[in-house]
Amino acid sequence: MASILVQFLNGLAAASTLFLIATGLSLIFGVTRIVNFAHGSLYMLGIYVAYSAVNAFQPAGPLGFWGGMLVAALAVGALGALIEILILRRIYQAPELFQLLATFALVLIIKDFALWVWGAEDLLGPRAVGLDGAVSIAGRRFPEYDLFLIAVGPLVLGLLWLLLHRTRWGTLVRAATQDREMVGALGVNQKLLFTSVFALGAFLAGLGGALEVPREPAQLFLDLSAISDAFVIVVVGGMGSIPGAFLAALIIGEVKAFCIGIGNVEILGVVVSFSKLTLVIEFVVMAVVLVVRPWGLLGRPQAIQRAAPSHIEPPLRPASRGLVAGAVVLGVALLALPAYGTAYNVVLMIDILVFALFAASLHFLMGPAGMVSFGHAAYFGLGAYGAGLLLLRAGFPMEAALVAAPFVAALGAALFGWFCVRLSGVYLAMLTLAFAQIGWSIVFQWDSFTGGSNGMVGIWPAAWLSAKPTYYVLTLLLCAAGLLAMRRIVYAPFGYALRAGRDSPLRCDAIGIDLQRIQWAAFTLAGAFAGLAGAIYAFSKGSVSPEVMAISRSVDGLVMVLLGGVQTLSGPAVGAAAFTWLQDTIARNTEYWQSLLGLTILVIVLAFPRGIVGFLAWRFGRAEEIE
Amino acid sequence: MSAVLAISGLSKSFGGVQAVQSVSFEVREGELLAMIGPNGAGKTTCFNMVNGQLTPDSGTVRIGGAETVGRKPREIWRMGVGRTFQITATFASMTVRENIQMALLSHHGQLSRLWPRASSLHRAAAEELLARVGILEQADRACSVLAYGDLKRVELAMALANDPRLLLMDEPTAGMAPKERIALMALAGEIVRERGIAVLYTEHDMDVVFGHADRVIVLNRGELIASGTGDQIRANPEVRQVYLGSRGEA
Amino acid sequence: MTADAPILELSGVHAYYGRAHILSDVSFTVRRGEVAVLLGRNGAGKTTTLKTIIGLVPAVKGEIKFSGQRIDGLPPYRIAASGLGYVPEDRRIFTDLTVAENLDVGRQPPREGVPSWTLEKLFALFPNLAEMRNRPGGRTSGGEQQMLTIARTLMGNPSCILLDEPSEGLAPVIVDQMAVAIKELKAEGLSVLLSEQNLHFATAVADRAYIIEKGHIRFGGTIAELSANEEVRNAYLAV
Repeated sequence: MASILVQFLNGLAAASTLFLIATGLSLIFGVTRIVNFAHGSLYMLGIYVAYSAVNAFQPAGPLGFWGGMLVAALAVGALGALIEILILRRIYQAPELFQLLATFALVLIIKDFALWVWGAEDLLGPRAVGLDGAVSIAGRRFPEYDLFLIAVGPLVLGLLWLLLHRTRWGTLVRAATQDREMVGALGVNQKLLFTSVFALGAFLAGLGGALEVPREPAQLFLDLSAISDAFVIVVVGGMGSIPGAFLAALIIGEVKAFCIGIGNVEILGVVVSFSKLTLVIEFVVMAVVLVVRPWGLLGRPQAIQRAAPSHIEPPLRPASRGLVAGAVVLGVALLALPAYGTAYNVVLMIDILVFALFAASLHFLMGPAGMVSFGHAAYFGLGAYGAGLLLLRAGFPMEAALVAAPFVAALGAALFGWFCVRLSGVYLAMLTLAFAQIGWSIVFQWDSFTGGSNGMVGIWPAAWLSAKPTYYVLTLLLCAAGLLAMRRIVYAPFGYALRAGRDSPLRCDAIGIDLQRIQWAAFTLAGAFAGLAGAIYAFSKGSVSPEVMAISRSVDGLVMVLLGGVQTLSGPAVGAAAFTWLQDTIARNTEYWQSLLGLTILVIVLAFPRGIVGFLAWRFGRAEEIE
Repeated sequence: MSAVLAISGLSKSFGGVQAVQSVSFEVREGELLAMIGPNGAGKTTCFNMVNGQLTPDSGTVRIGGAETVGRKPREIWRMGVGRTFQITATFASMTVRENIQMALLSHHGQLSRLWPRASSLHRAAAEELLARVGILEQADRACSVLAYGDLKRVELAMALANDPRLLLMDEPTAGMAPKERIALMALAGEIVRERGIAVLYTEHDMDVVFGHADRVIVLNRGELIASGTGDQIRANPEVRQVYLGSRGEA
Repeated sequence: MTADAPILELSGVHAYYGRAHILSDVSFTVRRGEVAVLLGRNGAGKTTTLKTIIGLVPAVKGEIKFSGQRIDGLPPYRIAASGLGYVPEDRRIFTDLTVAENLDVGRQPPREGVPSWTLEKLFALFPNLAEMRNRPGGRTSGGEQQMLTIARTLMGNPSCILLDEPSEGLAPVIVDQMAVAIKELKAEGLSVLLSEQNLHFATAVADRAYIIEKGHIRFGGTIAELSANEEVRNAYLAV
């Protein structure tokens, strides 16, 4: 009984931190409509800065400690304001995906910055001055500091409520959450409003981080783990609902605490490790909530957003003769590559082809179907692990493993997709990310089956394919077939139905199209193609590791698609080629290639806020008179 | 003539507010029925209960004798109900012809096909429909660059693609110029009479209401307060007071 | 300042929406204290004209002057804060905010030489709103929302307001009330530019009319002149 009470209190303490991060994310999204991918990074910075500040001010006694925490949160808030002014302010009009990319670029940059300043070692801060003792609760010792944290959550919730409902600033923020353009047309300076909201959100994330210093060491992976926690909470609670975020944080905090508390339990002779479940349990909660209430516990359906006229793509036309001829010439040139290229060229080209297929499968969802996936690497990874496991654990021949792996990925995509297609827009994107994180957590932790963090080695192709040039030809044939098949599908009734769903769900409903079923099938198909890419990749490297399904792999895919242009069918392949080559070149030259990649993305986004293709269309397009 | 749409005792409330209260009416084959009333009178709610977007608290909706309450909009479409929207909803990234082809593909249950080219299927049938609504020459243009009045015609052609027996038109002429309004409604009237389709429409333009409807029903605060021919409605003092205002004097 | 002095002047304004050229060489004037109407069919450029004036659509070429000052190129909030009110066609009520909060968003300090609006004065103009001040904006009817959106803009104490199709989608009896309200605004000394398709309504409230078609101004004159000119009405308004 006492242990249940203590677990309950642990859960409350964790919930406070989760609430601080999630509520800032929710506020920022509400007003600016930007999903701030970098929110977890701000949280992580909060911990690092507080660690340094607290250590620096420690000699000043309790004031130094608590002052250091506040300074850290304020500093992160100020950084948030700076980010808003320097970067986000320039891209509010840009397509949603570009905004996401920009904030993801910040994730990469902040991570490398933290690595540069604080190094890769975990840093544990001092214990809270004045609250470093423990109290006795039902005969157990419970840290005083955790009791303090438990109080912080409701306190912040109350203050935010007052701020939003009892001040004019709050009224303006709530108005802007619904219609920021109209707020501007009524004479309110939106820039100030946006900057202040972003700064407040960043401050809350920084505060959440700073408050963790006495409990948790500063580590470099906290950014992505915090952002996926925050996504889950915001989705469970309902986008834009602050009480919802609080409720969701409580639920997730408690569920996790109890999983840790239960530990290993033998059920029917099988040892189930509940503590290992903590990494996935929140996603299970989310999945359940989304099925019952698709808009979150306290959320409301999002208004359907219409694409701006400049974002509507032109009708599909059959490939021109020039394009067909060009593709044939390119195909022949690629087929002959082993004859004239170096061994390194061939290896690099295998990567390029694999990622072209991966990017095209992501584009299949993002472009025609209009479903943005932040977690497409899950299916790439399922294909790669599927191939490896079938070969090594199930004893399949390599050829059979290669053929079966896409089905493994398709199965995973069908399972995840069943939930995802119930949502749209940002909710959908976040859910895909969450599922990818589940997949990653499983392969990362299941040492006995997937090899855990080390992955698996010895995944080599069959003897007749073992020579690189031969494997290259196989790769070329499979990837080209995949690309052509997807293209064909886009021109077929199924592809048209997908575009119809993207253009007007209302009209689909009115002409009897079962959109969810069509989208679910598309999700599964895209997963299969990504899985094929993953399987080819695994056999080309001879190994798999959890990295194949990490968030960064998903983002690589997004960058490739956006580089090439969402509105073109050949774009993803071009984007994949450019990206893979660029990454190969940069990564060979610097340790901080992630931040260089981030900077490159930022430059692209800021220089071409309409997107590259949008820019070209705008610059060279023919003005069209609307009657 | 038999009733294509029969509504009886339909009620719906939202959070304690009674939006529609025991409304009953019928629409017969080849008949145009206009539903009018002040904003917030419950017209849209009524409409959405017929098309399946809302489930009534009580009452029945029968289309061709079959109960539709509890069915999804797309199932109701398969029972032969075409719809046009107040703000046009078409597939902007497709050509006019492809929009109609989509409705035909759906009607024939062919949307899961992965191989044939969609743009070559049901081409002739699509063009026939476009010719019927008078925009065949626009077949190859993108819907996103079409004039508003022509978009309304695209919607009408899509609604006709599954040989409907009931057509639901939500403010069919909203946002159109007076001359276009009359042309569109004359066209719609002609088509529905030749095919024996029943039409239920809402409208705020009194010329469109009194010039084209066979019968008019009036809703106010969720209740049906009047029903009859245009002249009867215009002469009804209660309707004049709550809705028509100075337009009733003409 | 004479009563005839222009308060709003457009000269040679061009605007694009996406790639589409919506306004070309639009020039017209609204005089102080008068109600001017911009007539034209759907898609003629009425809404774009008003959005260009308030700064939501950029004027690519040409000049827009308000009270003698250039306003083209300024962000919407500065234009609005200088005393030019904008009432959008689709009303754009903040549905989650109460009626009183909606009005609060529009609130701006009083302006010299311009009628100042208080809640009481607005509730006198739109009596329906007084009864529902604590009701969420989303729970009001279309007619009430139209009143609210105008009242919200008046809270900014504008000297001139842009009304985009105030009669669209409203029951005839509410349209009558709207006409009365616009005449009262004029009596208060406000200048009004409204866009309309409804000639009947326009004739009832406006002093001056401009006809826009395919982004070009085709006619300018008093309402009496328009009423006398059957040729113009037949050519552009297609009644």
